[in-house]
Amino acid sequence: MTLLRAERVRKHFGEHQVLTGVDLAVEAGQVVCLIGSSGSGKSTLLRCLNLLETLDDGTVWFDGRDISDPRVDADEVRRDIGMVFQAYNLFPHLSVLDNITLAPRRLRGRSRAAAQAYAHEQLARFGLADKAGAHPDSLSGGQQQRVAIVQAMAMSPRVLLLDEVTSALDPELVGEVLDTVRALVDEGLTVVMATHEMTFARDVADRVAYLHEGTVLEEGSPAAVLGDPSHERTRAFLSRFLRG
Amino acid sequence: MSVPRTDSAWTASDTQLERTAWRRRRARRRTLVSAVSTAAVIGVLVTLVLTSPGWERVQETYFDWDQATASLPAVLRGFWVTVRVFLIAEALILVVALVVAIIRVLPLPGLAPLKLLAVVYTDVSRGTPTLLVVYLIGFGLPALELQGIPNDPFWLAVIALTFSYGGYVSEVFRAGITSVHPSQWAGGRSLGLSYGQTLRLVVVPQGIRRVLPPLVNDFASLQKDTALIAVLGVAEAFQRAQIEQLREFNYTPLVVAAVGYILLTVPFARLTDHLALRLARRDQGAA
Repeated sequence: MTLLRAERVRKHFGEHQVLTGVDLAVEAGQVVCLIGSSGSGKSTLLRCLNLLETLDDGTVWFDGRDISDPRVDADEVRRDIGMVFQAYNLFPHLSVLDNITLAPRRLRGRSRAAAQAYAHEQLARFGLADKAGAHPDSLSGGQQQRVAIVQAMAMSPRVLLLDEVTSALDPELVGEVLDTVRALVDEGLTVVMATHEMTFARDVADRVAYLHEGTVLEEGSPAAVLGDPSHERTRAFLSRFLRG
Repeated sequence: MSVPRTDSAWTASDTQLERTAWRRRRARRRTLVSAVSTAAVIGVLVTLVLTSPGWERVQETYFDWDQATASLPAVLRGFWVTVRVFLIAEALILVVALVVAIIRVLPLPGLAPLKLLAVVYTDVSRGTPTLLVVYLIGFGLPALELQGIPNDPFWLAVIALTFSYGGYVSEVFRAGITSVHPSQWAGGRSLGLSYGQTLRLVVVPQGIRRVLPPLVNDFASLQKDTALIAVLGVAEAFQRAQIEQLREFNYTPLVVAAVGYILLTVPFARLTDHLALRLARRDQGAA
């Protein structure tokens, strides 16, 4: 079943055409990795999927429903689409526990006890049990990102969008965040992630899409796109990337 | 690095055209709702006032056109004094406030006594009602009969307002300065700038920029509070209006003065809106 689908999505900022007609389909239970140089439109595409940006044209389908229609209540749709950004996901004035329980309590009608029980359970699972009372500023970048993922998952989203969640981290902290993502993927979560972690994409993704100048230039299995790209541009990007 | 790409080949799809048309209809609907609701509220208020039993007497004593035109020249002369007091006090306040703020921010041990003085000053000036300050300075300072202390009520008024507002404004400055990220200090010092140079060239400019809207807000408030110096016998706008009011026992000159104060304050309000908007835009642009 196709859970999330972008159809000829266009978006410009000022003179800059960021997305020039993107088509992308995400099957339920799949992990799709978006790769491409900075400025290729990965982040903008994710923001369009979550309705944080208004499309210039095209359609976003979520569970068979056109959610890019202006008559759709975007707040309601976003409850089912989790998203984690590069940084600054957490509210600095709240403790880790309150960060996680805020939305489920307000929007899902969960009781305080139930929301906190879930939060404690997930924090323990990801090795953050002792951080429940801490404030985000006192956590490391990797811990912050893991809490942010738990925060997004507390809404029980049907798909999780990850926008370069490890790009702002020290290399030694990248692993712990990716392990968290991997654990959720193993449970069958649908994930769309923009990333520069090619090894992770190769191991975890069901499909990889290479974005170039606002379109999906090449898409397929990780083995095909990363191992044997058919486009010269993809090859150039990957070789530049692997050389570092 | 991708260069801007224009795309002349693109024409909007039917779906998009329909969405755009719907958004336009929604915008029209919203404009209509806001216009109708605004007109209704104003209409109800005006009707309430005009049909009230005492309206005729109120109109005679507060909104007499002849009284208004007769008192206008005197009130305008008063506003000229108001504006002068305001402008001079404002300049002095900026200087006093910045000095006090910087003294409180600097971590130099030698400044301890000055720091204590600055804290006491802010507490006293913010804690004392402006009217009281005007009385105390206006009548108390000259009573000391010290050499060099002005006897002119105009200057005493300026001193009183500066004293009263310096405390407020210094706290605004201090909030701005301390909100500048510590890495800016590191950045300045690492280039070889001294502590003072970093403060003057890097930190203070950023801090002030950040607090411009509340700063302008305080000055709008000061502009109104100049009316308090009437108690010293300074012939500013409110004092003039009061004299005119007592001449015929008609309150219209006070209304004239009120309108004048509003007209002086409105530019400040718009300036604050403008600054706040510009700052918000700049912050968004950085993201």
